[in-house]
Amino acid sequence: MPENNDKLVIAGREFDSRLMVGTGKYADFPQMVAAIEASGAQIITVAVRRVNISDRNKESLLDHIDLKKYTLLPNTAGCYTADDAIRTCRLAREAGLSDFVKLEVLGDERTLFPNNEELLKAAAVLINEGFTVLPYTSDDPIVCRRLEDLGCAAVMPLGAPIGSGLGIRNPYNLRIILDTVKVPVIVDAGVGTASDAAIAMELGCHGVLMNTGIAGAQDPVAMALAMNLAVRAGRLAYRAGRIPMKLHANASSPLAGLIA
Amino acid sequence: MNITINGEAASIEPLSVQDYLIQLGIDPRRVAVELNREILPKGAYPGTALKEGDSLEIVHFVGGG
Repeated sequence: MPENNDKLVIAGREFDSRLMVGTGKYADFPQMVAAIEASGAQIITVAVRRVNISDRNKESLLDHIDLKKYTLLPNTAGCYTADDAIRTCRLAREAGLSDFVKLEVLGDERTLFPNNEELLKAAAVLINEGFTVLPYTSDDPIVCRRLEDLGCAAVMPLGAPIGSGLGIRNPYNLRIILDTVKVPVIVDAGVGTASDAAIAMELGCHGVLMNTGIAGAQDPVAMALAMNLAVRAGRLAYRAGRIPMKLHANASSPLAGLIA
Repeated sequence: MNITINGEAASIEPLSVQDYLIQLGIDPRRVAVELNREILPKGAYPGTALKEGDSLEIVHFVGGG
């Protein structure tokens, strides 16, 4: 298989799948489990929240996730300051016993765009504390370079606003980011359908992270498989080397031997 | 005695963090605990007695992106 030995390497850890998926917004746990399975993802994101003390009957997310099979990537979703994000990461490490964190520090509730100043501040502190930091960031090559310089294990620029499904809005910035940093570039947010994921991979991105694009589909399990195939197809196409675009036609069949 | 747990006031008997978690029906392996804004390592749950005025945060993983 041409896919063999094409590993995604993050902080020295190897992954066969280049698709990372979230665990939010599913109708129920069985649907979530089936979708994750269909996606082929090995890294799955989770959020950190207060335990509901008054109602302890609810099932726990971790009762449904095989921790031998999946690497958990706790996020700092909902954090608007570096301090809150740092605090959340410390709790996540204690709860999950892993150093991997998806660091996001948001700028406002309407756009959910990153606050890059706070993001950089939090990344510096967390890296110093030994965390493996995967930051959700704007598709800004300069910010991505600064995150890499701080020691982030990857950069995760958005394709479009979180949950918007608008797809890859600025492929040129992603190409500049790919040209600027050496760490893996993972498109995080904005993917709405399979072709969006394929486009990200065809650009040369190293992976794609999504949640709403799968969980919000009418059939999340089918969409998870579609994303699995799209990420693999896009990666294969990138590695295969596409033909240059030409304005005019170029016949596929030989001109010699025509009957007339 | 009175403590604050996840932002809400609670009145409890003196006991350890470990015993309090069990009393609440919480599996200590599945959560992380902050005591007065400092992470409390899991190994310290049994040996840490709650005191009047303590503030506890108990968090776990939920679905998210």
